[in-house]
Amino acid sequence: MNLRRDVFQAIADPTRRAILLLVASQSMTAGAIAANFDTARPTVSKHLQILTECELLSQEQNGREIYYHINAKKMKTVADFIEPFRQMWDDRFNKLENIMKKYKK
Amino acid sequence: MERKTKVNAEDGKQEILITREFDLPLELLFKAHTEPEIIEQWMGTKVLKLENKKHGSYQFETTDHKGNKYGFNGAIHEFSPNQKITRTFEMENMPFGVQLEFLEFEKLTDDTSKLTIHSVYRSVAHRDQVLQLPFAQGINMAHNRLQEIVNKLKQHI
Repeated sequence: MNLRRDVFQAIADPTRRAILLLVASQSMTAGAIAANFDTARPTVSKHLQILTECELLSQEQNGREIYYHINAKKMKTVADFIEPFRQMWDDRFNKLENIMKKYKK
Repeated sequence: MERKTKVNAEDGKQEILITREFDLPLELLFKAHTEPEIIEQWMGTKVLKLENKKHGSYQFETTDHKGNKYGFNGAIHEFSPNQKITRTFEMENMPFGVQLEFLEFEKLTDDTSKLTIHSVYRSVAHRDQVLQLPFAQGINMAHNRLQEIVNKLKQHI
């Protein structure tokens, strides 16, 4: 299954994480999202497309405007969401192991 | 590389299971959890108080890169050397509430050992908040960096 890899790639990019953070506070149009970045509008559109394809964002038509909102359920069920937590403990335990190996000598 | 630390957090449950096998004898693994100066090194926190005994308590303090201080504390309910520590854990001034932790230490061979941390939270929502904390910090750090870059760019316009 390719999906998890895609989601991981999606949240690995700092701009896309910043977009997720922005949209997490309120649903926004592509224009409003782009206004928060100095990046060219097509670049922001590309990021939005990737996040939508991974189902981290979903689109909703509201009159003439398309609003992006965060797919909280997807964010929660993504196993990779736990990865930073696992990484934090892995780093701590690696340190513990190194310190105690020296302690032994 | 094999992932040595495993985190199991089942959907809809208010608990987390962390397991890790160490290339260390059981006694050294346990010592790393009871000696303040060793805890300070691997947890990256200051140990203000640590009483390794039943009905004892502990107090840690972490300072971030901006100089903000964060306090952690808890009470020790069970202390069995080289076997088990049962304790509460609470982040001060945070909305996460108190969690109950069961730390179990196991000997695998003379040179290897295993630690299992079973944490129980007040609710599924509390657990999910704690799980998402490092992710949220990652986002915030990325966002702050982005904000700094944007601010610098604006100054040059």
